[in-house]
Amino acid sequence: MSDSSMSNTPKTSIHTLNARTKKRNASETRFKAYGIAAIAAGLMMLVVLLVTIVGNGYSAFTQTFISLEVELLESKLDKKGNRNIEDIKKVSTFGYTPLLQTAFEEKVAELGIETELSKKEMAGILSKSAAAEMRNLVVEDPSQIGNKVAFTFLANSRVDGYLKGRVTRESIANDKNISVAQLDFVDQLKEQGVVVKRFNPDFIFGADASDQRPEAAGIGVSMAGSFFMMLVVLGLALPIGVAASIYLEEFAPKNWITDIIEVNISNLAAVPSIVFGILGLAVFINYMHLPQSAPLVGGLVLTLMTLPTIIISTRASLKAVPPSIRDAALGLGASKMQSVFHHVLPLAAPGILTGTIIGLAQALGETAPLLLIGMIGFIASNPPSGFAEGLLSPNSAMPAQIYEWAKRADPAFYERAWGGIIILLVFLITMNTIAVILRRRFERRW
Amino acid sequence: MYDAPISSESAVSQKDIKIAADKVQVYYGDNHAIKDVSVQIEDKTVTAFIGPSGCGKSTFLRTLNRMNDTIDICRVEGDILLDGENIYDAKVDPVQLRAKVGMVFQKPNPFPKSIYDNIAYGPRIHGLANSKADLDVIVEKSLRRGAIWDEVKDRLHAPGTGLSGGQQQRLCIARAVATEPEVLLMDEPCSALDPIATAQVEELIDELRESYSVVIVTHSMQQAARVSQKTAFFHLGNLVEYDDTSKIFTNPQDERTESYITGRIG
Amino acid sequence: MPILWLVLIVLAVSAAGFFLGRARALASAGGSSRELHSLPSYYGMNVAFSVLVPSLLVLAAWSLLQPVLIESSVAKLIPAEAIAEGSNLDLVMSDVRRVADGLDVAVAQGVMSADEASTTNVDGAELRATLGEIGVALGADVDESVLTAAQAFRSKTANAGLALTVIVLALTVAGFLFSYLRTNKDFRARNVVERGILVLLMGAASIAILTTVGIVLSMVFETKNFFGLHSWTDFFFGSTWAPNFRGDSELSMLPLLWGTMYISVVALLVAVPVGLFAAVYLSEYASKPVRSFAKPLLEILAGIPTIVYGLFALVTFGPFLLRMFGDGGTFGVDLMTDARSVATAGIVMGIMLIPFVSSLSDDIINAVPQAMRDGSYGLGATKSETIKQVVLPAALPGIVGAILLAASRAIGETMIVVMGAGAIARFAGNPLEALTTITTRIVSQLTGDGDFASPETLVAFALGLSLFVITLGLNVLALYIVRKYREQYD
Repeated sequence: MSDSSMSNTPKTSIHTLNARTKKRNASETRFKAYGIAAIAAGLMMLVVLLVTIVGNGYSAFTQTFISLEVELLESKLDKKGNRNIEDIKKVSTFGYTPLLQTAFEEKVAELGIETELSKKEMAGILSKSAAAEMRNLVVEDPSQIGNKVAFTFLANSRVDGYLKGRVTRESIANDKNISVAQLDFVDQLKEQGVVVKRFNPDFIFGADASDQRPEAAGIGVSMAGSFFMMLVVLGLALPIGVAASIYLEEFAPKNWITDIIEVNISNLAAVPSIVFGILGLAVFINYMHLPQSAPLVGGLVLTLMTLPTIIISTRASLKAVPPSIRDAALGLGASKMQSVFHHVLPLAAPGILTGTIIGLAQALGETAPLLLIGMIGFIASNPPSGFAEGLLSPNSAMPAQIYEWAKRADPAFYERAWGGIIILLVFLITMNTIAVILRRRFERRW
Repeated sequence: MYDAPISSESAVSQKDIKIAADKVQVYYGDNHAIKDVSVQIEDKTVTAFIGPSGCGKSTFLRTLNRMNDTIDICRVEGDILLDGENIYDAKVDPVQLRAKVGMVFQKPNPFPKSIYDNIAYGPRIHGLANSKADLDVIVEKSLRRGAIWDEVKDRLHAPGTGLSGGQQQRLCIARAVATEPEVLLMDEPCSALDPIATAQVEELIDELRESYSVVIVTHSMQQAARVSQKTAFFHLGNLVEYDDTSKIFTNPQDERTESYITGRIG
Repeated sequence: MPILWLVLIVLAVSAAGFFLGRARALASAGGSSRELHSLPSYYGMNVAFSVLVPSLLVLAAWSLLQPVLIESSVAKLIPAEAIAEGSNLDLVMSDVRRVADGLDVAVAQGVMSADEASTTNVDGAELRATLGEIGVALGADVDESVLTAAQAFRSKTANAGLALTVIVLALTVAGFLFSYLRTNKDFRARNVVERGILVLLMGAASIAILTTVGIVLSMVFETKNFFGLHSWTDFFFGSTWAPNFRGDSELSMLPLLWGTMYISVVALLVAVPVGLFAAVYLSEYASKPVRSFAKPLLEILAGIPTIVYGLFALVTFGPFLLRMFGDGGTFGVDLMTDARSVATAGIVMGIMLIPFVSSLSDDIINAVPQAMRDGSYGLGATKSETIKQVVLPAALPGIVGAILLAASRAIGETMIVVMGAGAIARFAGNPLEALTTITTRIVSQLTGDGDFASPETLVAFALGLSLFVITLGLNVLALYIVRKYREQYD
């Protein structure tokens, strides 16, 4: 073996880059660029998503309203004139429609607007819920009959879309529900301030509406459904999850049973959510006959789904508490159980809470299992009045409501769906922010 | 070649100066880890850095091939010249520098590849072999230099991680040698090894001296005495004393050196 | 007695037991807690738990079993000839339940007296009308045997409820007396309570197992029913998915599996390169501020609910692709006819999986010891050479595990494919055409109006079981690989 062949290579200066180094550096730069491109692509997707959501959804929070004074003619609404509530109830919404048409005629005359529309076409720019709104008022307070009452009606979703730029004169060429002349009429009314677009709290707090009236649909009732589901998840998943984690982390002997439980939990965390839906359908509805579409059932299904997440994060926070704390308690004569409940658990609490909030946020956005237990396609018209009703009476949930809207044919519902997503995301962001703050605030490094 | 300033007190040497450090300061964030260190490292010599743990000897070693570059908060001031060229010059690509100044680490760190690929890694990235045959030659030569050829020649394609600790460390030395460096830096190369493996590696270091300038950091004074010709004693980030090994161990000039050697500080 | 009341009574007795037990223990020690074996509150807890646990367990077990037992005994009352052509026992039983519920409502509203409801044998049409008036709509006139069965159902339910009340209250009292009388200063209350708590903790831990058992059992039974009605060879080896209501449906999983796999592969083709490069950049190159900024932002993508991605695919991305590749589109090719397609769902799903791949890979890359990198840098390797030739090969098993987990996610994903993939079951190769997947078919078969006992509905359970087995296999494999990988560097 010759040493000289290895050490007597001609000395090269390190101050001049050789060609190979240049080539290698170029490949280095390229590789780094791929990384930056990947990050940029990911972030761009995020921006595109957010822009799409906000861009399509913000308009759901405003709505077009038409203010009209309607004379509640006694001759139409209470022919007998005796204000008998039973007789008044017999007048269906069709009975109210002529009043609306008359109100339009008067309005046009009063404002001096020239239009060739018939009074029926004029009333066509109103939501189909307008007559029902009047009837509700009358049934509630029959003494209003005969008065001239100022109403603020929802406009038809096409009119609303026109004001929001979704509907144009070109796009309605084949639309039977609205005509160009009606849009001209809307423009005239808008100039006079009769038609206005403003913030619509009913979208946030109201109930869903039938697929004929996208303008009246709101997410409030399904929000209540989601709330009750989360209540169930919190009430069950947190105690069970913490108890299971304490057992596995602190007490469980190392044997094959514990191994199976551990493998089982990490696998459950990765089981597709729809499988939990099948479980819920088969066990809670078909076997136990719990009411379909009830938030209780949704909550139970989501509890089972969230449990592994909570167990995994709780175990991590228990593990992070150093053994010296346990030893200190045991050294003072505390039992194992006391050392865990008095010392370890309080120290791990912030981590457990963080994990629970993240688990809840995940459950809040979950849709697939809810489809199988009947939480879509159902229109709950009133918010639940009490605790038991909230848990047991059929309802929807925010993501299921969004899916329901996305399925409907009228594109006006897409706007609702995006708007619903904004509300859902606001909840998720709030929950995650709380989790982050908790973690920052209470995180301890041992 | 000698455009580096030569300190007057340094011992007269008949050998070439390979690395000349002048007034080197190293900071980790606010921590001043190396204070004003000037040292001249000779070619074809084993130089030992000794000192209590935390004295900065490893940090200083890592500045010699710019391994500190990988640590964000680390900052180096002063000049370090390799064959008269400043290695902290903006023109220098650390990649090219490290090809000349190889390094062996405290814990053996073979790559999760075969023994052959471990050795071939350096030559491949630096383009030292034109053909498979070339590479075979380099691998064999390096393994022989690493004094491990006989033990692994029959299983070159077995994973390097399957070797024993001492074998792994010699594999890492062979791997460092394979890129044909001019200087070999060794950061406590025997601290993770048992006595027999240590003896083998020390023997190897002594052989490597014939072709390279070897700088070894060690916390074992016996090891420094056994393998090195020159010794530098570091204390609290200062270079306290630098001289012939025999002189440091028999007749230290500085009180701190003496205390360390006699075991009063450490 | 409503169960709520029962639970409240048990809770109240238990709370009272806590204070009584504590007081008795203290009294037995002459008021000095130093004389007691355990802290006073442990004696209270012992009594409280003794009251609470047995009665609530019986209550829970009873509520689980009662429906099955009653139902099977009532089902015997229905003669075979009462089951009409095209109907089956399940449907008749649901009628029975509805009639029984209706009678309950009628009694509650005072339309019928309790006696009347349990003895009436009025004509079916009349009963239907009566119930209809109080808001209980029946599909058909009440058959005589159904009415008898419904009345039997009511009386059995009432008897069972009474028995439950008696048993639970008896247990409550017994538990109270037993533990209260046992309470004295030498009783090792803490040990007993702690053993009890341990059992409860074990019970909680076993819920995870119960869930899995529940999942498997619920699907296995219905799958068995399905294979009783439909040939299993067609399900596993047939080539056509064409459910219909004429009774000759072809229900093969293979075209659905094809769609599922195709879409998952497209998703992984998007997610793996982007996610992996992002992870490499974040863990090896990015400075601390960049990392702490970009990593959480990327992870937001994983926190967005799938319904959002589904809507994005349906309303935004699908139509966008259609404008590009459809008839008269930007590229002038006519490859796409519908906004829903493999690419629509696959790419959007890929976006969702990016952070999944990147954060798992990031963890795994960070687990590669720094010494390995130092060794490579020490030899003069550049960063990218180190990553490509040392770090990634060392991390490979872990990364493979991460990709398998992502694949299992993709296969089980529902909302994105329900909204973006379409509903056509076939073996198509063009990624711009619609395909359907296992999960979409599960949703559509179970949310339709189909008869629950028909093979067209039951096939959903067979599909669900197959999905469960596939994803379980992938998960077990992936978790095993990742675990082995971590042990290597621990």
